[in-house]
Amino acid sequence: MSMPRDFGFGDEALMLRDAARRFFQTNMPADRLHRLVAANPDPAREPECAWDRGLWQQMAELGWTGLAVPERAGGLGMPCVAVTALAEEAGRAAFPSPLLPTLHATYVLAACGTQAADAALAEIAEGRAATLALTNARGVWDGAASDVIFSDGKLNGTAWYVQDARKAELFVVLALENGRAGLYLVRAGAAGMDVVADAIVDLTRDQAHIRFDGVAVESVLAPAGAAAAVIRAAEPALLTLIAADMCGAAEWQLQTTAEYARVRQQFDRPIGFFQAVKHPLVELMMQIDTARSHVYNAACAIDNEPARALRAAHMAKACASDMAAFGSSRSVQLHGGIGFTWECFVHLYFKRQLHNQMLMGDGPYHRARLADLLMGPVGA
Amino acid sequence: MSESARRESPEQAEFRARCRRWLGANVPPPAPVRLPQTALEIMTRAQLDYLCAWQKAAYDAGLVGCDYPVEYGGGGRSDCQRIANEEMQRIGTPYFPNVIGLGMAAPTIFHHGSEQLKRELLPKLLSGEEIWCQGFSEPGAGSDLASVQTFAEPRGDKWIINGHKVWTSLAHFASWMILLARTDKAGKHAGLSYFVVPIEAALGKGVTVRPLIKITGETGFNEVLFEDLEIDDGMRLDEVGKGWTVAMTTLLHERGAGPLVTPQSGGRRAGESEDTGNASRLIELARHSWRNGARAADDPVIRDRIMQLAIREDGFALNQKRARVPALAEDMMRIPLQWKLAISELSQDAAALALDIEGAASSLYMADPNAPQGGRWPLAYLNSFGMTIAAGTSEVQRNILGERVLGLAKTR
Repeated sequence: MSMPRDFGFGDEALMLRDAARRFFQTNMPADRLHRLVAANPDPAREPECAWDRGLWQQMAELGWTGLAVPERAGGLGMPCVAVTALAEEAGRAAFPSPLLPTLHATYVLAACGTQAADAALAEIAEGRAATLALTNARGVWDGAASDVIFSDGKLNGTAWYVQDARKAELFVVLALENGRAGLYLVRAGAAGMDVVADAIVDLTRDQAHIRFDGVAVESVLAPAGAAAAVIRAAEPALLTLIAADMCGAAEWQLQTTAEYARVRQQFDRPIGFFQAVKHPLVELMMQIDTARSHVYNAACAIDNEPARALRAAHMAKACASDMAAFGSSRSVQLHGGIGFTWECFVHLYFKRQLHNQMLMGDGPYHRARLADLLMGPVGA
Repeated sequence: MSESARRESPEQAEFRARCRRWLGANVPPPAPVRLPQTALEIMTRAQLDYLCAWQKAAYDAGLVGCDYPVEYGGGGRSDCQRIANEEMQRIGTPYFPNVIGLGMAAPTIFHHGSEQLKRELLPKLLSGEEIWCQGFSEPGAGSDLASVQTFAEPRGDKWIINGHKVWTSLAHFASWMILLARTDKAGKHAGLSYFVVPIEAALGKGVTVRPLIKITGETGFNEVLFEDLEIDDGMRLDEVGKGWTVAMTTLLHERGAGPLVTPQSGGRRAGESEDTGNASRLIELARHSWRNGARAADDPVIRDRIMQLAIREDGFALNQKRARVPALAEDMMRIPLQWKLAISELSQDAAALALDIEGAASSLYMADPNAPQGGRWPLAYLNSFGMTIAAGTSEVQRNILGERVLGLAKTR
């Protein structure tokens, strides 16, 4: 297959993007977001899980939460570029919701190719939120290890760094049976399952580790030994969607900080006059553009040339992670004193980006894997 | 179907096939002399003759000036130069010698020249029969270009020119110069006018061209002195006092952001088979380079840096692709205005990284028989500063982007 010149953005994808931008702008402007998620600044507070369930319901009715669910399972089966556009708009609004983990679970379930997985996909298409539980205590993201054991139909052990765990109804759990990894479905509230909320930096998400104490699985999504291939197939989409979220959030940081540089006066001039302010903003703009093009390219490869998708997705995630780190640091620094306060909205994005940067591996990690693809392993 | 062939008009598809057929049967012969890295370092007549023969052949085949009207020596096509460029780059043809003519003088003359100038000058410019140079910078006017002092004084229907231009690439071979000169000492920007000057015909008669030596040790650029040179008023582009506006057209195209696509050949150098991008070259280099006794390709820091470069390089190409999709760019100038800054810094950083990959051997320069690839990378690194300084320094480019795209207060 070939790569279309417009990255495969059809009218449908563009309309979705524009509708999503309006939806998030209208329903979750930055001041409302701040009231919703940053009401309590106390760093010792109990972990919160602030989001608007009503908006999630509206998104589900619009079909957005089931956007990537294949048609065979009752979803819209939209191309990845369209899903990417939605993720980018959610990032631009730093929107608190289980959208990203639900999309992630969708791509993993779609790669399972089992009846049980398709049944779970049908639930996502109906509006249920889902998430992945596939990381161990040592932060392995690629499914190569798990601290959860599956035997006799039951799960025991702990899954770590589970995203938006308190918003999700369906959990796709990676577990080892005799050392071979499979994927299993568990529903929120299952007996023996303890969702322990993590106290995290990011205010726009929740995260948890989940203790499984003899939890009976609802279904086997991918049998023991099959999980690695499933995760490998889904990985490009998982990385690309996080990178898209970062691009949207960074564009908000850029526009907000540029606006401040246009109006904030010091030394009798708007501070954007000074090259020490102007040039980093230009650098950020260029980094955003590069990351954004990589994101669209990776999504386009997922849709049109799967053999090139992993390479493109490593590039997108590495590029976006480093870009996000730079953009966040400049957004606070160039706001000066006000940027250091809780009342200024930039900290919401700063913290979301920090989370995005490490989620499923940071820039150096993905460059190391990219180098293995392009250069062969060390010593080869 | 290839990526680039999708969603092309029938005319474009037919033209691409034509380019491919012609290039397939007319691969230029290898250069009989060693060629410099770019047209801006052409030093000898033999180098120039070889490259001019190639430009003329490509022009006669309809691959140069495709989008210019037929009456000005062009192909009379629409949005086809890009296709010819892609096809030439695909097979890695040699570069064109008349780079300043094609990239800067031609679009400026096309947009601001009189009908007579367009008909007289553009055909031989496109064919490469007449080489062009650019008279903008002066000893006292670099980044602050509008402060040029070279003066054109009106006398009847003539202008008398006196002044001093510097960093004038190709002036030693040029028939013509595009000249930015002051015609009014009162206003700064409004006191400028723009001319085309037949400098070769006036050598020794009001025009002196002296070579300047670059940081690399190569020549290729010059200083040009004007002493009471007389030119016709017909050589003026646009109105008196509109020189700054005309110069902006030149600079927009020089920086890759103008409406007319510049004819660009592959850029192959002698003895090089294919242009594959810097990242692949650096990977290959790292496989064969030793640093501190170990293979560079096994050094995790080197690997990381090569990947950073590969990501930037692919991102640059993808940005150009995205810039052609209006629905995916909020501001149509945002990516085009980054072109010059991005490509020049990318090339510079690639060359600097190549030196780090080469380790001890990076100390060996062009004349050393043990220098890797004939000292190509130290030369490229030194040369790269020409790109980040010329045509508006990287600092000036960042000002332009900050002001035009982000709306920040003007620095000047």
